[in-house]
Amino acid sequence: MRSYLPSYEMQAPGNLAAALEIIAREPGAWQPFAGGTDLMVLLEAGKLPHRRFLSIWNLPELRGIEVTLEHVSVGALTTYSEIQRHEILGREFPLLIRAAAETGGIATQNRGTLGGNIANASPAADSPPALLVYGADLELVSASDTRWLPYHDFHTGYKQLRLQPDELIRRIRLPRARIWTSQFFRKVGTRRAQAISKVCFAAAARVENGRIADVRIALGSVAPMVLRATETENLLRGESPSPAVLKAAQEILAREIAPIDDIRSTARYRLRVAQNLLAEFLETVAH
Amino acid sequence: METRIIGKSVPRKEGREKVTGRARYVDDITFPGMLHGVTVRGQAPRARIGAIHFEGDIPWNEFTIVTAKDIPGKNGIALLIEDQPCLAAGFVNHPEEAIVLLAHHDKYLLEEARRAVRVELDPLPPIFTMEESLARKQVIWGSDNIFKSFLVEKGNVDAAWLTADYVIEGTFETGAQEQLYIEPQGMIARASAQDGVTVWGSLQCPYYVHKALTILFGLPKDRIRVVQTETGGGFGGKEEYPSMIAAHAALLAWKSGKPVKIIYDRAEDMAATTKRHPSRTHHRTAVTRDGKLLAMEIDFTIDGGAYETLSPVVLSRGTIHAAGPYNCPNVRIRSRAVATNAPPHGAFRGFGAPQSVFALERHLDRVAKAIGLSPEELRRRNFIQEGQTLAVSQVVREKVDVARLMDRAFELSGYHAKRKLFDAQNRDSSIRKGIGFASFLHGAGFTGSGEEYLASEVAAEATRDGQVRILAASTEMGQGTNTIFSQIAAETLALNPDQIEIVQPDTGNVPNSGPTVASRTSMIVGKLVESAAREIQQKLIQSSLLQPGYSPMEFAEAARQFIERSGPLNSFIKYQHPRDLHWDDERYRGDAYGAYAWAVYVAEVSVDMRTAEARIEDFVAVQEVGKVINPVLAAGQIEGGVAQGIGFALYENIVWQEGRMANGQMTNYIMPTSMDLPPIRVFFEEIPYGGGPAGAKGIGELPLDGTAPAIANAIAHATGADITRIPITPEILLEMLEAVHA
Amino acid sequence: MPERARKIPIRCEVNGQPVALEAYPMARLLDVLREELALTGTKEGCGEGECGACAVEMDGALVNSCLVPALHAEGTKIRTIEGVANGDCLHTVQQAFITHGGSQCGICTPGMILAAVNLLARHPRPTAAQIREGLAGNLCRCTGYIKIFESVVEACRISERAE
Repeated sequence: MRSYLPSYEMQAPGNLAAALEIIAREPGAWQPFAGGTDLMVLLEAGKLPHRRFLSIWNLPELRGIEVTLEHVSVGALTTYSEIQRHEILGREFPLLIRAAAETGGIATQNRGTLGGNIANASPAADSPPALLVYGADLELVSASDTRWLPYHDFHTGYKQLRLQPDELIRRIRLPRARIWTSQFFRKVGTRRAQAISKVCFAAAARVENGRIADVRIALGSVAPMVLRATETENLLRGESPSPAVLKAAQEILAREIAPIDDIRSTARYRLRVAQNLLAEFLETVAH
Repeated sequence: METRIIGKSVPRKEGREKVTGRARYVDDITFPGMLHGVTVRGQAPRARIGAIHFEGDIPWNEFTIVTAKDIPGKNGIALLIEDQPCLAAGFVNHPEEAIVLLAHHDKYLLEEARRAVRVELDPLPPIFTMEESLARKQVIWGSDNIFKSFLVEKGNVDAAWLTADYVIEGTFETGAQEQLYIEPQGMIARASAQDGVTVWGSLQCPYYVHKALTILFGLPKDRIRVVQTETGGGFGGKEEYPSMIAAHAALLAWKSGKPVKIIYDRAEDMAATTKRHPSRTHHRTAVTRDGKLLAMEIDFTIDGGAYETLSPVVLSRGTIHAAGPYNCPNVRIRSRAVATNAPPHGAFRGFGAPQSVFALERHLDRVAKAIGLSPEELRRRNFIQEGQTLAVSQVVREKVDVARLMDRAFELSGYHAKRKLFDAQNRDSSIRKGIGFASFLHGAGFTGSGEEYLASEVAAEATRDGQVRILAASTEMGQGTNTIFSQIAAETLALNPDQIEIVQPDTGNVPNSGPTVASRTSMIVGKLVESAAREIQQKLIQSSLLQPGYSPMEFAEAARQFIERSGPLNSFIKYQHPRDLHWDDERYRGDAYGAYAWAVYVAEVSVDMRTAEARIEDFVAVQEVGKVINPVLAAGQIEGGVAQGIGFALYENIVWQEGRMANGQMTNYIMPTSMDLPPIRVFFEEIPYGGGPAGAKGIGELPLDGTAPAIANAIAHATGADITRIPITPEILLEMLEAVHA
Repeated sequence: MPERARKIPIRCEVNGQPVALEAYPMARLLDVLREELALTGTKEGCGEGECGACAVEMDGALVNSCLVPALHAEGTKIRTIEGVANGDCLHTVQQAFITHGGSQCGICTPGMILAAVNLLARHPRPTAAQIREGLAGNLCRCTGYIKIFESVVEACRISERAE
């Protein structure tokens, strides 16, 4: 453990209002700390840039999953384990369940939170592509305001978020409109469990009369942030899956993503695999 | 031979402590007034050391600071030679060289202090590859960068090229591999001029550490004491490196006058400790039209890192195993271990053989393909028989029948049917399946005259209440030493295993039984345990206190009487080298090992063509091992070894950047999880070896030799890709697949 | 040295016993257990939440204690390996690990047993796939997991027979 503990402060306000007041008074001074599965790793390595932490782990207002006719709203502090246990999420949002099940092992899933994952903004996160496919909205709260932001507008660059220093993510809202005829999720990691993804591919399509009436495709680990492959989607909309359509879509995909060489994989591998997963997705759509 | 306890799955002797969390590993131990210690490292691959600055807002007067000039004896970690400095002075030759040691009671402040030490380093040009080293782009060690070289010759290789129907060549590479024991390395030391030096720690070879400390401190042997704590895995990674940490902890203890504990965290352990030697092998093989091996010319190079450490011995084993279990009349093996500016590489289960066997077994599949034979048929026509000679001209005196092992492995794995089925199914599938095998052998014990040189010793003593204590330097690190020794002694003495006590390895108490390496513990040291137990039994019988066919209670009574009448009841056994083993160290030929274990492993894989991810679907391991002393422990060794071999083949890739391991976290250095491993099905055959206890041979390292080539051959079968390197990462395989299917 | 944090009082329950101690708020629960409470059965294997050697149960959920700040332990019920056996009476999982080779070097064993016990609490008759998944966050370098699975299956068998 390479960090000098006396340098690190952590306080745990008892409710959301108290937490928001603290970060309103001293914006940027207190780093929100949820389950700690990302931040504690940095602390151990002596690489945590922050010194003062605001523990939001026990804030009741950030927990719970609320179901209405139109939406399922997941509290930001919902853990991956809780996501997997939720019946309606399991029935209606299978991509999110798959992502949660493949994020670390059980011990990580018991402490990792959806809000924490979003705020950490790793381009290799597994749940965000599922959230992009489902068109999730984020509820952002501050001491003075509450606003909703479509998740696909939330990330603006590598670890750049549209989150004000005095704001916390409160809920992630998923629309329940059942419009997809096929859904596909595949994470290609370094191994079958406990793996950071090399490519993460989430997609959903609605097929009518043999044509792709609508499609959403989102990827992780192939750009500085998770992204929707909107140009690829546009090409596919209205088409019938065929080898020619696939080839054209793969070419567009290659231009939309920007994979890199890093410690885990290569740009070339990520590009090829993203294209191959697109093919795999279209095969499931065709059948 | 009918046995009562040997051959039974007696539960692990220290099992209860391990499952309750009561087993005491080094980091579980504290002493009053103990300080923590950390190591400041150079971080340049090759440089001249300038001034050392102690900066930052640190209360430096509270710290114990040690550099090379504080070393009382010689500044070298003695192993084969003493070229590796304990603390670098003047120059660094790899990026993890220790330069300064710090101790303080606050381990968090210690990390701040470590960051605040700035060492001036004036860079020199480094070399990082075997090619650069051989080309002497820079000479960084000795006069030519070569730690050691060997030449093994049999017959006349040069004449064979002319008469061969086929000559097939191939070049093969294996990467470094981190042992990744789950318990990181650590030591606690107490040292003073008055009391001498005592260290406790996670280690495999107490007497290696002992020797290193006597030279470092310039103290007589009886002033140094080394105690092994419960050790959480070693696999060779704790054969030599513990001497370095022990030296560091002891120097801090010496200077501070307090006990000092140094525990590496995972990042430091990965960065600084030894790894498996990377290798490069070139094969040139002459065969007849009908697949008989005429000649094998093998060129084998391993990368030793910056200092010699154990490279000559790793090279030796890799060289001797390079030509496999085949009868080939003409063989030439040229090999060398070379220096680069990386942290020294070292022992890892298999010790050179996994490297050379990968090359051989992958090459033979390619040879078979080139001449139109099946991989199986090529092997079958060349397997060595009793009376024939191996590459080092050792006459095989065992009734080995590798073809039968192969047939059994094929039957158990469904090899033939699957091979046909996969060939038919693969054409249009996005998941391609393959099945491949490797046939191999592994010599147990130290090579040649090594065991004679080690001159191992074991002692035993009986207590008044009929317990028998075994005193050996062999360490338990999970492989089952304690249990095996108890079984051997209990069998010999007609007692129960819980009447046998295995004394904690402590150089103050136990004789030097040699290191716990080289698959020698059960076979060589176990035999000494058997003899030590027998001698105690004989003493009682000869004193007429005991009749053959006695009960454990009668034994206890007899022991009590003997001790009361005559004093201590003990025995002391020294290793006797079998008289019929002859080894020529100069020409590197003769009886390399007293016994070999023989094996055929079959791997079934599936490859997802979209992602080039290979998955092992089934694994069959068949081996002949002399005698299985404990079936659960023996199977556990093979299963665990196969798992490490799967890692070696597919997952464990070290990303090197200027001599440093860039992916030194468990997040990025990938070992298999429970989701990544197949059923591993293990089968034993037994042809007893007279030199081993109850006929047992060594098996600890065997599985590392054949696993990776079996997998590589299976992937080649599945995809047509000509695999010549491991690890076969998806990134590399994807490129090969694109080339094959272009 | 810039000091900001002071040690804070932490009250929780460990292995059924109430505990009151002081720790820095961001001290790792792992270190608090090992150092303040001398419960050295929980091990550090990686310090990154990858190996599971530090696994404990916190309010019934398996967590990697190297990633839990001490402050989060406040008010929780924690079980470590020392709390798995019932006095001298071993848990069926522990017993099975001894007889079926689930433990070799033993360093992963405490975390592995916690994970297995936690798995069986959630799935008393787990499928092979559930066992693999349940233990996927615990790395073992010695066994290849085979005999760990066999030990868990054996523990289930014993429990079933006892019902």
